[in-house]
Amino acid sequence: MRAIETITDKVSILNRDDIDTDQIIPKQFLKRVERTGFGEFLFYDWAKEPGWELPQRQILLTGRNFGCGSSREHAPWALEDYGFRAIIAPSFADIFKSNCTKIGLLPVQLAYSECELIAEAGEAQIDLANQEVRWPGGIASFEIDPEIKHRLLNGLDDIALTLAQDERIGAYESERERQGPVTTAL
Amino acid sequence: MNINTPKSLFDKLWERHEVAPGLIYIDLHLVHEVTSPQAFDGLRLAGRSVRRPDRTLATADHNTPTDGTPTAAKIKDELSRVQVETLERNCAEFGIPVYSLGSRRQGIVHVIGPELGVTQPGMTIVCGDSHTATHGAFGSLAFGIGTSEVEHVLATQCMTQNKPKSMRIRYEGELGFGVTAKDLILATIGQLGVSGMTGYAVEYAGPPIEGLSMEGRMTVCNMTIEAGGRAGMVAPDQTTFDYVIGRPAAPAEVPDDWRTLSTDEGAQFDTEFVIDASKISPMVTWGTNPGMVVQVTDTVPDPSSDQDERALDYMGLTAGTPIQEITLDRVFIGSCTNSRISDLRAAADVVRGRHVADTVYAMVVPGSQQIKAQAEEEGLDQVFRDAGFDWRVAGCSMCLGMNPDIAAEGERVASTSNRNFEGRQGRGARSHLVSPQMAAAAALEGHFVDIREWASANKQEAHV
Repeated sequence: MRAIETITDKVSILNRDDIDTDQIIPKQFLKRVERTGFGEFLFYDWAKEPGWELPQRQILLTGRNFGCGSSREHAPWALEDYGFRAIIAPSFADIFKSNCTKIGLLPVQLAYSECELIAEAGEAQIDLANQEVRWPGGIASFEIDPEIKHRLLNGLDDIALTLAQDERIGAYESERERQGPVTTAL
Repeated sequence: MNINTPKSLFDKLWERHEVAPGLIYIDLHLVHEVTSPQAFDGLRLAGRSVRRPDRTLATADHNTPTDGTPTAAKIKDELSRVQVETLERNCAEFGIPVYSLGSRRQGIVHVIGPELGVTQPGMTIVCGDSHTATHGAFGSLAFGIGTSEVEHVLATQCMTQNKPKSMRIRYEGELGFGVTAKDLILATIGQLGVSGMTGYAVEYAGPPIEGLSMEGRMTVCNMTIEAGGRAGMVAPDQTTFDYVIGRPAAPAEVPDDWRTLSTDEGAQFDTEFVIDASKISPMVTWGTNPGMVVQVTDTVPDPSSDQDERALDYMGLTAGTPIQEITLDRVFIGSCTNSRISDLRAAADVVRGRHVADTVYAMVVPGSQQIKAQAEEEGLDQVFRDAGFDWRVAGCSMCLGMNPDIAAEGERVASTSNRNFEGRQGRGARSHLVSPQMAAAAALEGHFVDIREWASANKQEAHV
C-alpha cells in the first residue's frame, strides 16, 4: 500500500445518497480472481445513462451513506483503479469505509454543509497529517482513527503489524481460547 | 470497569475476544469463492500461511449454477468455473476444509454454518460477505468483512476493529397471524432507515424475538446490514440449544458457559428502541433499497426526495397504486435470508394443491444440499413442482444473480432475498422483498395479496 500524502485536485461530484456497492461495481464483474482492472467497470450501469459525467480525478465528492450494501472490496478497488485517492461524503457505510482504509483509499467524513461548500468550490486539498480539508474560501477538520491514520500516512501493511503481536495472539490461544468447532475434524 | 457492572451480551462477547485493544480473536472464519481468491494470492505473495485452518471452513455458493451441475469442472460459465476451481485449489494448498460443488454439505455459507453446528453461541465469526450477521442469531458476534480483512484473518486469526457502539431493539406485543420474522425486520429497517444502525452492534430482544424459531432469528439478524448495522445478535436460550446440540460440529451437551450469554439487567446501550410487534403487517418493498417498504395494505407512497423519484422511475411504479395491484413476472424463494426448511415448508403450505399463475415464472432454491435433501424427503419438492415451480439446487442464485439465474430488464420479481438495489437481480430488473408466504401467494395469484386475508379465504392455516 502506498503512503498517502496531501491530495489536491478538482472534485468529481456524484450527488446521490445511499449509493450501494452493487452500483459501484455490479456483480458480473466480481468473477475475476485478480485485484486489478476494475476501474473500467465503475458505475457500469449508471455510466450508460444520458448526462452521466464522472471525470477521472483524485477526489470523489458524494452523498450520505456511501458504499452501503455488500462487503465486496471490489468497490474500493474499482474506485481506486479509476483514479480516486480519497472520497469525501457526509457519511459512509461501515464495511465499505473499513475496506477503503485497507487499500489506501482515504474516506473523509465532513458535515453535509461542508460538502456543499466544496461542491461549489469545485476543488479541495486533503491533508491527512493535519486532518484538514481546505478549499478556496474554506477549511474543515475531519476525524480518523489514530491507528488507521498512522498506517495510511506510512503505507504500512496491517497484517505485518498484527503479526508483530504474534506472542500475544499465541498467549490468547493457549490461555483463553475456548473449545469450539474444529472444522478440519468434520 | 467494575466487576459488578451489568454487561450486555455484546460487551461479554467483545471482552472475551479482545487479544489487545482493537484486536479481536476470531473463532470461525467462513470463506467462499468470490471474496477470497485475492486474499489467498496476497498470502502467497508475502509467503504467509493460514494460522488456523482448523477454524476455517469454505464453500462455493455465490456463483454456482443451480441446475445440478455436479462438479466445478462442469460449470459452463468460464469465469465462474475458474473462481470455484480456484477456491478448491486454494483450500487444498492451505489445508482448509471445503464443501464445493458436488459435496452433500455444499450450500449458502450462512446456511451451512448453523446447519453443521460450527456456528455456536459465544463465538466470533467472520466471512467475506455482508450477511454474516446471520450467525449472531446464536448469540455470537458475527461481522461481514472485505477481502483485505479475509487475508488478515487467514494470516493472523484476528481482526483489527474498534468496538462498535451498542444498540438494543426491544420488541413488545405479539406478531400477528401471517406476520413473519421477515416482516418484522423489514418493518424495522423501514422505521430506522438504511443507515439507522450504521456504527452499531445490535441486539434484538423481547418476547416476539424469544418466540421465533432459530430460523426466524437468523432471518432477522441476516438483514441487520440492510440498516447498516455492523453485527446483529440474539441471546441464546433453550430454542438455541435445542437447535445446536446434536449437529455434527456441536458438543453433546450444553456447555455451562452458553447459559451466561445474555444481557444483564441494567446493562447500558448507546441507543435503544422499542417496537410494537403487534402493529407489524406483512411488508412489501416498493423501491430500490430495503428501507423503501410499506405494508401490503398500503399504496405506493408519494415521493419525498429525488432518490424516491428515481426509485419509482426505476421500479416503473406510480405513487398511489395499491401494493396488491402490482403484478409480477417472477418469484424467487431462496437466499441466506429465507431458504431454510421452515421457509420452504411455509411456502409449500401456501402452494399445496394450487398452481402458479400463467404469467409468472417461479423458482425455489434451497439454501443447502442438506435442506434440499430434507425437503425432498418431506415431499416438498413435489408440492412445488406440482404447482408449477422450478425446483433448483442450492446456492445464492437470484439473490445477487452472479450465476445464470437472473431476471430480464423490466421484469418484476417478488423475492424472499435481502436486497432490492437497482440491477441486483439482473440489469433493469425490479425487485420486491417479501416473506416466503407472501412470495408463494403472489406466485399463485400473479400479484401481491395480503396473506392474512388470502389464507383465511383459502382455509390455509398451518405455518402461515
